[in-house]
Amino acid sequence: MHRFANPARFTRIADRVLPFAAGGAVLALALGFYLALFVSPADYQQGESVRIMYVHVPSAWMAMVIYVAIALASAVALIWRHPLADLAAKASSPIGAGFAFLTLVTGSLWGRPMWGTWWEWDGRLTSMLILFFLYLGHMALMNAFEDSQRGYRAASILALVGVVNIPIIKFSVDWWSTLHQPTSVMRLDGPTIHPSMLWPLLIVALGFKLYYLTVVLLRIKSELIAARLRALDLAMVKGS
Amino acid sequence: MEKVTAFFQMGGYAAFVWPSLGLTVAVMSGLLIATLRQLRGRQRRLAELEAAGAQRRRRAASPPAAPPGETREARP
Repeated sequence: MHRFANPARFTRIADRVLPFAAGGAVLALALGFYLALFVSPADYQQGESVRIMYVHVPSAWMAMVIYVAIALASAVALIWRHPLADLAAKASSPIGAGFAFLTLVTGSLWGRPMWGTWWEWDGRLTSMLILFFLYLGHMALMNAFEDSQRGYRAASILALVGVVNIPIIKFSVDWWSTLHQPTSVMRLDGPTIHPSMLWPLLIVALGFKLYYLTVVLLRIKSELIAARLRALDLAMVKGS
Repeated sequence: MEKVTAFFQMGGYAAFVWPSLGLTVAVMSGLLIATLRQLRGRQRRLAELEAAGAQRRRRAASPPAAPPGETREARP
């Protein structure tokens, strides 16, 4: 694993992956949004407002997937002290925060006409709000200390403790009575959503994943350069 | 034309559907643009520093004109 800790090697691999990730993201998002807006039917109950689902659900999946990725990276950073793991976690949390924010706002915009309320303090909505705050806390801790290693350590511990929230979000609709509809895609007995809606949803979700891959690789590259700049600054101060 | 109008009306849910999609596009492109700008800025600074370092090594005997700490730009 430490093979990838070499910044030059990481940057080389990232540069090779980036065109495919970015190109794939553009293709999947273009196709997904086309299908979601023009091809998929209106829902028999929700009418055209169902089109909000095509950004709401993939955003929610990304918010959770990115959090799990941060938790895994944090574990790697704490156990093996892998230097890139900290940077991967640091690069990820603003993206995750963005998706958690989008989940909350698009859910609210859908809830207003469908449920008659912008917000409800139920299990699913509240646990998603907590996820958003966990992201903000993680971002704040990462930059809270002059000695970046201390900040990374604190943020890793927060990320690992907060991972308990992920199953709570996932199962909240089964555990508590809620306004939020139950799971319709990731079910043991298969999706209960019609293929004409499932496919656009899955393609947009793929586009979101490739978007994350693209942006996170760019951000890790950027963090590596920042570390190099810090080292050069230090060398100059010592040298003068 | 009627079809276009109907499309933008989204069956009466235009006020909810379009802000949802617009905000998603705005947040995702905003993050990408911020990331690219930060990366480019750092790449530029690294190139400058490396050029300056190479220059300093060439005239290693002469002392630096100003302490390099003063030219350091503030980092967020």
